[in-house]
Amino acid sequence: MIRTGTRTGNSILRDLSGWLLPAALIVVWEIASRTGLISPNVMAAPSAVAAVFWRLLLSGELVNNIAISSARALSGFLVGGSIGLALGLANGFSAASRRYTDTTLQMIRNIPHLALIPLVILWFGIDEEAKLFLVALGVFFPIYVNTLLGIQSVDPQLVEMGRVYGMTRWQLFRRVILPGALPSIFVGLRYALGIMWLTLIVAETIAASSGLGYMAMQAREFLLIDVVILSILIYALLGKLADSLARLLERHTLQWHPAFQS
Amino acid sequence: MMSIATLNHETDVLLREADAPRRRKGAPGQPESTAFSLRNVVKRFGDKTVLDGIDLDVAAGQFLAVIGKSGCGKSTLLRLLAGLDTPTSGTLNVAAPGKDAAGRSRIMFQEPRLLPWETIARNVEVGLTGIAKGTKARELALEILAEVGLSDRAEDWPSVLSGGQRQRVALARALVAHPAILALDEPLGALDALTRIEMQQLLERIWQQQRFTAVLVTHDVAEAVALADRIVVIDKGRIALNLDVPLARPRRHGSAEVARLEGIILDRLFERG
Repeated sequence: MIRTGTRTGNSILRDLSGWLLPAALIVVWEIASRTGLISPNVMAAPSAVAAVFWRLLLSGELVNNIAISSARALSGFLVGGSIGLALGLANGFSAASRRYTDTTLQMIRNIPHLALIPLVILWFGIDEEAKLFLVALGVFFPIYVNTLLGIQSVDPQLVEMGRVYGMTRWQLFRRVILPGALPSIFVGLRYALGIMWLTLIVAETIAASSGLGYMAMQAREFLLIDVVILSILIYALLGKLADSLARLLERHTLQWHPAFQS
Repeated sequence: MMSIATLNHETDVLLREADAPRRRKGAPGQPESTAFSLRNVVKRFGDKTVLDGIDLDVAAGQFLAVIGKSGCGKSTLLRLLAGLDTPTSGTLNVAAPGKDAAGRSRIMFQEPRLLPWETIARNVEVGLTGIAKGTKARELALEILAEVGLSDRAEDWPSVLSGGQRQRVALARALVAHPAILALDEPLGALDALTRIEMQQLLERIWQQQRFTAVLVTHDVAEAVALADRIVVIDKGRIALNLDVPLARPRRHGSAEVARLEGIILDRLFERG
C-alpha cells in the first residue's frame, strides 16, 4: 500500500497511548509502597521488583526460565495448532470427515483441559511431555473451531465463480477458500495464544522443575514477593508480545480487509 | 381481442418487413453463422418442469435479451448456455470455431463476485485461469481494464470501488479471454438507475468492438429494448414471444419506437391486449 511514508509523530503518540495507564499505575503503586500505604509483605514496590529483575537477569536465571517457558509454549502451540488447523481444514472440506470426527471433538472440547492435570501427571509425571500435552490440547480447540467456521463461512458464490472460471481444486483452495477463511483463523490464533500462556502458567505452577511458573512457586515458598510479582509481570509482557506478533501478521496478511484499511 | 399467437406472428412479420439492417454479418454475402441453437430443450428439477421445450437459434454476434417474470426459467436457460447445467432432454449446440472449451462462454452474475483479497488486476486475471498467466495475463488484464475505464485502479482492492466499478471489473474478468458467448444474469439489477444507464452504454460499446454473442437475462423491459437485437419472452418454461428489435444504435431512452416495443412486451408479460 502507498500510505507507509506518512507515518507521523502523531501516530507514534497514538501507539504509545496504550502504555500511559500502566505507567501511571506503576507510579501510583511506587508512591503507595514508599509512603507505607501498601505493606511490603503484601506487594513489593516497583523499584524492588525492578531490582530483583536486574539481579535475576545478571545471574542468568531469568533468561533461562523465560527461554524454557517460551520453548514449552511454542512447541505445544505448534503441535496443537497444526493438528487443529489440519482437522479444521479436513472437516471444512469433507462432510464425511466432519460426520465421523466432529461429535467426538465437540465432546472433548467441553472438558476443561486443565481438569486433565491429575491424569496428565499420572501419565507423564512432571516431565516436558506433560506441559506439551496440556498446551497442545488447550491450543487445539480454538484453532480447530475457527478454521472450520472460517471455511464453512466462505461465500459459496465466490466458490461457484471460481469453478465457472475453471479453477482446479488446488487453485480454488489457494485463491478462494483459504483467504476467505483466514480472518476467522486469525481470531482462533489470537484466542489460542491466550490459552497457551494460561495453560503453561497453570502447568508450571503445579508440575514443573523449571520455567517461569516454577520460579514463582519457589519464590512463594521463600516469601520472595518481589520475585512472584516479577513473574506475573513477565507473563503479562509475554502475552502482550505474542498478541502483538499475531496482530502484525494479521495486518500484513489481511491488507485487503476493509477493517485494516484506514 | 387478438390471440397471442396472432400477435406474435404479426409483430414478427411487421418487424421483418421493416428489414432491420442486420448488424455483424460475416463477410458480405456469407450466411450468418449460428452461435448456439436449442432444439426442444427440457429441463426438470425433480418433478418440476422449468423449461418445457425451448427452440431457439441465435446468430453469432447477436445481442439477445431474455425477459420473463421471476421463476419463469430464464436463469435456468442461461445456466444451460454457460455450461453450468445440462438439459434433461433435447439438444443444445454451442458452436464456437477456434475457441477451446475454456474460452467458449462466460457468465456474468448479478453480483460482481470479486475476490476481496486480490487486487483488481489479479481479479481480472481470474478470467484467464488455464489460458494465460504471468506477464502475459497481466498485459491482457490491463488491456481490458482500460476498455472498461479502470486502468488506474489495477492495484486497488475491490473494497474501495463503488458498486458500478465492481461490476465493470466483473465485466472485464468475463471478457478478458475473449469468449464467443457472454451470458449475463441480470448483471445490472443491483445498480442505481444512473449507473445502470452508464453500464448499458459501456456494455453496448464493448459488445460492438469485441463481437461476441451476448445473452442478457433481465426483467427490465427498457433495458432489453435499449440493448438487444432480439428479445425473447419466456413464460411458464416456453417461449411466449420472439421479437426482433430493428432500431438503430445508440438508442434513446423514451423515444416513440422504443416505447412501442416496450408496450408489446409488457402486454405479453401481463397477458393484456
